[in-house]
Amino acid sequence: MKELMTGNVAIARGAFESGVTVGAGYPGTPSTEILENFCRYQGIYAEWAPNEKVALEVGIGAAMAGARVLVTMKHVGVNVAADPLLTAAYTGVNGGLVLVSADDPGMHSSQNEQDNRNYARFARIPVLEPADSAEARDMVGLALDISEEFDIPVILRTTTRVAHSQGFVEIKERVERSLKDYQKDTRKWLMVPAFGRMRRQSLGERLTRLLDYSEKTPVNFVLEGSPEVGVITSGISFQYVRETLPGASVLKLGMTYPLPAELIKRFAAGVKRLFVVEELEPHIEEFVRLLGLPVAGREFFPETGELSVAVLKRGFMAAGIIPEEKAVPVQSFDDMPAVPVRPPVLCAGCPHRGVFYTLHKLKLVVTGDIGCYTLGGLAPLEGMDSCVCMGASIGMSHGIDKASPELRGRTVAVIGDSTFLHSGITGLIDVIYNNGNTTVMILDNSTTAMTGHQEHPSTGKTLMGAAAPRVDLEGLVRALGVTRVSTVDPLDLSQLTEAIKAEVAASGPSVIIARKPCALLKREAKPPVTVDREACTGCKTCLKLSCPAISVNEKLCSVDPVSCIGCGLCTQVCKFGALVAEGGEAGA
Amino acid sequence: MREIDILLVGVGGQGTILASRILAHVGQAAGYDIKVSEIHGMAQRGGSVVTQVRMGEKVYSPLIEEGRADVILAFEKLEALRWLSYLKPGGSLLVNDQAIYPVPVLAGLAQYPQDITGYLKAKVKDTVVLDALGTARECGNARAANVVLVGLLARRLPFAEDNWQEALAARVPARFLDVNRKAFAAGYGIG
Repeated sequence: MKELMTGNVAIARGAFESGVTVGAGYPGTPSTEILENFCRYQGIYAEWAPNEKVALEVGIGAAMAGARVLVTMKHVGVNVAADPLLTAAYTGVNGGLVLVSADDPGMHSSQNEQDNRNYARFARIPVLEPADSAEARDMVGLALDISEEFDIPVILRTTTRVAHSQGFVEIKERVERSLKDYQKDTRKWLMVPAFGRMRRQSLGERLTRLLDYSEKTPVNFVLEGSPEVGVITSGISFQYVRETLPGASVLKLGMTYPLPAELIKRFAAGVKRLFVVEELEPHIEEFVRLLGLPVAGREFFPETGELSVAVLKRGFMAAGIIPEEKAVPVQSFDDMPAVPVRPPVLCAGCPHRGVFYTLHKLKLVVTGDIGCYTLGGLAPLEGMDSCVCMGASIGMSHGIDKASPELRGRTVAVIGDSTFLHSGITGLIDVIYNNGNTTVMILDNSTTAMTGHQEHPSTGKTLMGAAAPRVDLEGLVRALGVTRVSTVDPLDLSQLTEAIKAEVAASGPSVIIARKPCALLKREAKPPVTVDREACTGCKTCLKLSCPAISVNEKLCSVDPVSCIGCGLCTQVCKFGALVAEGGEAGA
Repeated sequence: MREIDILLVGVGGQGTILASRILAHVGQAAGYDIKVSEIHGMAQRGGSVVTQVRMGEKVYSPLIEEGRADVILAFEKLEALRWLSYLKPGGSLLVNDQAIYPVPVLAGLAQYPQDITGYLKAKVKDTVVLDALGTARECGNARAANVVLVGLLARRLPFAEDNWQEALAARVPARFLDVNRKAFAAGYGIG
């Protein structure tokens, strides 16, 4: 039976069929759905860890104990997990360990587009690159076999178009595997310098065997075609090559580290002109150049953003491979009216909205973080100055505090609940330990919202649906040494404003927890806000909230009763009482 | 077996995903190779959404090239305009006559274009504009607007009506099947 599956669903299926019993990860687009699907199978254990480093450590431990393991994260998550990853290459595994790195060329939902094949080369571990869902499923099993045969963790690198595109996958039965025996072996697992040196040696030997394997593996294969043009490619780029040049010879590399030098040389010898087509960095191309082979790639295909059939056509035209006249005929729509952009926005009723409205109004410098709330940095809210990586807001705010007397006392760090638990806690410890003055706002909407509402350590539930102890955020920050801890309702603007003013003015560290569940999760049954069109002056102050339910209609404010959930924020912003929360705050 | 490229465009929450599932189900039953591609993440927060469905003997790229879509099924008319350059010459443009203002328009920072459907009709011979929301309401549930549009699309694809009925039964939750069957028939009837 074949089923249409996304790459992510296929990876979960592959892990299940290959006898994986432990899965761990942290949510991140485009990787999130892998564990969300894997956790639904019987006979397995899966968890969200608080961050990717912990997830990989859980994976290494489970592999040491003899299980087959799946660890998932987005590309930037591997930066967080890099520390255990590079040494796990030394220790190796017992049960197979596959780490899925979901890269995001083009930055559909990420802050950068790093090419994580670099991690394979850096850590000296194999990387497999599927080109569609069927390969994604198959390569999980292959990665686990390689991991066990060569005693090494294996990266399965997907990209957004593989992770989120659906293709057919033939469903197979699960092959149950018993746990491998664990035997104490400190020379393998205890990485003190003396043993580390031995394992480094061993890694070199394992890589030599892997080099030989990469020459023979069935996932590195040649599609015979015209001897005029040969293209070496991997991952999703393979699909674009097949569609753009159906007659060309193709060397499709499913394993892109270590690379098969002899196979590449043989392929190059059989074609007149050799190209490498790969997304992001010239990983394969540089290797081919090091072999001394004449090859073209980067001069015709960009190294940023996604490739596509159109991009390949342009490149192969410039290279003289495709005649110019075969250019895609595109109808001209020069006279088209201007199409306004439709950027993502905070939802109607989002508890984050008032926070950024207030921070902007108070003219504070705001170091931000990663989550839905990053949208609070865009016009017209403009309540955020920076966003770098998970957890960066607190350390950056502390750095500003220590560097600039002028900015000291008017800087606030803003971070979500899941992000705080991911990597904000250590930043806060730094503030406390080093006598900082930072004000930290934890926007607690009780979920990991941006990636589609995943549980985390303070939601009271696990990935598999079990009840769990809830991390008490107030208790946690007090235990770290913060004495000024307050909890506010972010939909109460006066309470919020007073709390921010007081904590920014106070010396020493403080934490404000702005707590309200995500509007998409818990909807309070409140009637929509209505407009008193007599009272409305058309001042447009309410538009500064950037609420998708509010618009201006014939110069007066209008509220869409379908999308408005009656959060009442706009009624607090309107100076003329034109926005009315029916049966709202009166509470009588 | 001819290649069929269909672009479903709209705004987060309009039901493009169910529509693409019904479509893929019909294609699979007819023995086509299929790829479906969509972008998750930021798009869910009220942004533009696009689902690309490609069918054929063998489909490689999951993405449709500009100027190559056989049909654009637009759940919102500004999105029809945004993706218009993806339609191939002689392709079909099926447009729900609904306007959802993006926030820059709500905030008065940008204009929602006047007479979008007039422009589309002038540019594309096979342009069909319908009030899918109103039609769905008449069928009993405004949320079935997506299936009204699927019905309209069905007329332009080489699959028998029985196959569509089977796909509806397989992909729509049982308690909403009746209203969705009505919605499909209404769209199918418009042609």
